[in-house]
Order: sequence, then C-alpha cells, then structure tokens
Amino acid sequence: MRDKISSSPVLSVVSKILFAPIIIFGLYVQFHGDYGPGGGFQAGVIVAAAFILYSMIFGLSKGETLVPIMINRYLMCIGVLLYAGVGIVSIFLDGMYLDYNVLSSDPSTGQHIGIILVELGVGITVATVMIALYHSFASFGEIND
Amino acid sequence: MNFLLINFFLISLLLVTTFFIFKTTSLISVVALTGAFTLLCSAIYVNLDAVDVAFTEAAVGSGISTILMVMAAAKLPEGKKNKLINLFPSIILAVAISLILIIIIANLPLLGDPNAPIHLHVVPEYLKESKDFFHIPNVVTNILASYRGFDTLGETIVIFTAGLGVIALLTSNTLNRKTNFKKNKKNER
Amino acid sequence: MINFIYFWNHFAFILLMVGGLFIIITSQNYLKKVVGLAIFQTAVFVFFVSLAKVLDGTAPILTKMANAYSNPLPHVLILTAIVVGVATSALGLALVLQIYKNYETIEEKEIESLELKSDK
Repeated sequence: MRDKISSSPVLSVVSKILFAPIIIFGLYVQFHGDYGPGGGFQAGVIVAAAFILYSMIFGLSKGETLVPIMINRYLMCIGVLLYAGVGIVSIFLDGMYLDYNVLSSDPSTGQHIGIILVELGVGITVATVMIALYHSFASFGEIND
Repeated sequence: MNFLLINFFLISLLLVTTFFIFKTTSLISVVALTGAFTLLCSAIYVNLDAVDVAFTEAAVGSGISTILMVMAAAKLPEGKKNKLINLFPSIILAVAISLILIIIIANLPLLGDPNAPIHLHVVPEYLKESKDFFHIPNVVTNILASYRGFDTLGETIVIFTAGLGVIALLTSNTLNRKTNFKKNKKNER
Repeated sequence: MINFIYFWNHFAFILLMVGGLFIIITSQNYLKKVVGLAIFQTAVFVFFVSLAKVLDGTAPILTKMANAYSNPLPHVLILTAIVVGVATSALGLALVLQIYKNYETIEEKEIESLELKSDK
C-alpha cells in the first residue's frame, strides 16, 4: 500500500499548489486568534491537514520524509512543555502558576505574551498529534504482512 | 424570528441524519453520514453565535475525524446486517433517561433568554475586563488561554495522551519486530 | 406553539442523547458503536451552545456596533471538548483495528462465540 498510490496528475499538481496556502492560512488563524475566530486548536488542525494531504497524495513514505516520525514525537512533547513552561516561568517571576501578568512590566502586555505563547504550545501539540494519528492509522496493517 | 426558524430546520435535519446513521449497516455510508452530521453541527453553531466552536467543528469534526474514520473503515470488513442486540433493556433505559431529562428541561430557561442565570454571573466581568484590561477583542481566546488556562492545559495533556495511546496501539508492532529481529541476530551469533 | 420552537433544541438534545446511547447498546458493529459515542457527545455540545445563546446578541468578539454578546464561557468548554472528543474517538478506532487484527471480526456476538470456543 505504501508505494501503490497511483495519483492522477491533477491531484498532485493541485495539492502542490495548495500546500503552502494551507500552511499560511493555518499561521494566520494561529496568530490572528486574538482578533477574530481562531486559535491554537483550529490552527493546529489546519496545518496538520496540509501534511495529511501531502501524505495522502504522494504516499506515506514521502510524507514520512517530510515529517520524520521521531521529530514529530519530539514536537508533541515540546508543545505540552511550552505550555507548562510558561506557567513555571511565571512562578520564577514571583507570580502564580500560569499568571501571565508578571511576564512583562506592563500586566496587559504580559497577558498578550502569555496568551500567544500558550496558543503556540496548543497549536504545536494539536498539529503533531493529528499528523501522528494519520501516520499510525495509515501504516497499520502493512507492517504485519 | 428567522434565527429560530433556521435553528428549527437545522436541528430537525440533524435528527433525521441520526436516524439514518442508526438504520444504515454499510460502514462507509455510516462514515459519510457522520461527516454530514458534523457539518450540520457546525452550521448550527454559526447560527447560535458560536463562531469559534463552528470553526473547530468544521476543521476537526468534519475534516480530521472523517479522514480517520474512512481510513479505519477501509481496513475493516464490510458491515453485516445483524440483528440488534439488547433491544429490550435498551428501550427501558432510553425511556427512563428521556423521562428524567424531560422533567429537568421543563425547568430550564427558554432559548436565548437574556436573563438566564448563566448570563448573569462571571461572564459580564469577562466581557468588561477583555475590553478595558486585555485589549483583545476575541473573548473566547481570553477565557481559553488566560482565565481558564488550567483547563486548557489539562485538555492539551489529554490530546497528547490520546496521541501516545494511538501510537502505542497501532505502531508497536514495528517496535516488537525490531526487538525480535535484534534478538534473532544475537542468537545467530 | 411558540414555546415549542423555543424548546426544540432541548428536545433535540434528549433525542440525540438517547439515540446515541441506543446505537452504542444495540448495534453489534464496533465502528458503529464509536460513531454512537460521537453522537452522544455532540448532543451535549449542541445543548451547551444553545444555553449560551442570547437573543439579539452577536458572536463574542468585541466590536463598537454590538450591544449584546452571547455567553463565551460554554463556547470555550465545548471548543476544547470537540478536539478532545476527536482524539479519544481516534483511540477508540485504534482499539477496534487491534480487535479486528486479533479476532478477524468486529461483530460483538461473533467475538463472544469465539471467546466461548477458546475457553473449552
């Protein structure tokens, strides 16, 4: 199944054209989440959708060279640790856990920094978990034969 | 009034879809109907002013979830037209639960009542502080990341753990085979 | 009649919840049980979001033109719950795939009879 994927030229050309705009849209949703609908959860899923599209059209082995499995697993952990790390940093700056007011001299700016970092952590975790889910489901069954 | 009519129509479609999911036996049809179900849900959320929730449902529910279900259905055998099991106890359970829930919802405020208790407690403060202190227009992001930061941390850890569980369940064979392979090589030496 | 259209979301909540439960209990196919679980969850999501609605309000994104906003707190709870729901149903699907690999069927009664055979 890994190499049996026979994609028509239309699919491969369209997916190559769409790949970059999908990721840019994901980044827009991620960083515009303060001003409009969006945020880490949605952006993570949109970025993951671009990589899933690539793996679906060009086969799983090419998708795994684009996002190596071990790097994907490290990024899963880094996302959660980034979220928890923001809380730890605010403890060291004489605040409570996940109290963003102390991250900057101005409490309002501190909240901005904290919210952007936390949403980034959520986005990284969701994106990498979704890619890992797709890769696990797609690679199941072919290894046992 | 338009809002109520659209809501009535969409919710009725949702119920019809649920009925057909119950009736269908072919797995790939069930998966397709589930995709339609989640897309209808996101339309309902837009109509009920929950734009963030609708965005999430459209991306996660009808996007990733449908892809995963199609991949699972492709690896599973075609569904069989088997008899329903546990029919009698489940009817009794369904009737009992519906009766309890009907008694409860009879005391709830009507849809869209601005004086319902849920709208009077902490939420006015959230709206006011978002304007005066945070300067971030999207109140949902404020509550998600700042006021309810612990909650979101927990949810992120749940997603991470579910991902770990799927990886352990579906790709552990490669690990086993690799270790066996190594053992065999050692034995050969 | 007017009250009926106001209560329709609440009735739909009951029907969806009971319907999801019914699919989980009565159907033999494990993939359909996972779908039933998703319907059960969605019932709760629709109920929460319809509690948050304020008539004549707008989406909770602050603008100068609006004077009433819908309640953002249930939106936050449901937003995270949807993503968690998909992650957990992926876990359920992974379990179904493993069951299929070991028993070569995903119908409940057939697995029961296989278990009885292996006990003898």
